[in-house]
Amino acid sequence: MTARIGVITFPGTLDDVDAARAVRYAGAEAVSLWHRDTDLQGVDAVVVPGGFSYGDYLRAGAIAARSPVMGPVVDAARRGMPVLGICNGFQILCEAGLLPGALVRNTGLRFICREIRLRVEADTAWTSGFEVGSAITVPLKSGEGRFVADAETLDRLEGEGRVVFRYAEPAPNGALRDIAGVCSTDGRVVGLMPHPEHAIDPLTGPGADGLGLFTSVLGRLTAAA
Amino acid sequence: MARVIVDVLPKAEILDPQGQAVARAMGRLGVSGVADVRQGKHFVLEVDDSVDDAELERIAETLLANPVMEEWIVRRERNGQS
Repeated sequence: MTARIGVITFPGTLDDVDAARAVRYAGAEAVSLWHRDTDLQGVDAVVVPGGFSYGDYLRAGAIAARSPVMGPVVDAARRGMPVLGICNGFQILCEAGLLPGALVRNTGLRFICREIRLRVEADTAWTSGFEVGSAITVPLKSGEGRFVADAETLDRLEGEGRVVFRYAEPAPNGALRDIAGVCSTDGRVVGLMPHPEHAIDPLTGPGADGLGLFTSVLGRLTAAA
Repeated sequence: MARVIVDVLPKAEILDPQGQAVARAMGRLGVSGVADVRQGKHFVLEVDDSVDDAELERIAETLLANPVMEEWIVRRERNGQS
């Protein structure tokens, strides 16, 4: 049976089409979910894509994290359903309390839009297909991508192996400890600022490194079935 | 009815590059003596008597501010007067 992966669209979401395309490239069925939905249609995993949900009003991701669809997403994630938050999706998962820390304005105050190398540092539901220590190249495009948390939280994340992605260069956005992505304690909820869904085909992106996140989760879903 | 003010600021230990940019612009205006600027948000709420202080604190902590990176002050004004 083909795995079904939900892709949420909020008002102001931009990258849902690319996220759904990445899901299909990986061999799964992409299921569109709307911000007002209260039923996840039985999907096996959820991608929260990037963009500017609700115009970044209040704080990036703050309103989306409190929208109707996020109730069942949080419940399902707590039961172990894999969830991937990309860029604004990462901000939403932090605001929803599924991931620790917060994303604040880049130190240089500039929106950054370029390719960047990341080191994969943890084996999670979304990175099981990568060797820990390998590097991937994907686009980074965000103005509020600076990961922050207090020192105790950062130490805990590093100690528990929950830093999933780290910038392979000094973080251009000023992210503390060069953190680009983190995961939940069970390794099934992952958030990152850069965009793997834009790097799934050399024709339309810097390469196909990003596809590995989507094929990784399929491997996990099949193994669990 | 009462007017409630909620001020939200980035925590002192969180770098505030916007506040720093404002501080630098003051220098260009010829203003000296401003050591630091932090930029935040100012909310004005009109609430009825059913909203008590505990509810206001809950609103501030769970929605208006993100406790990971921000601190806040809730201030109640009587009949719109400070």
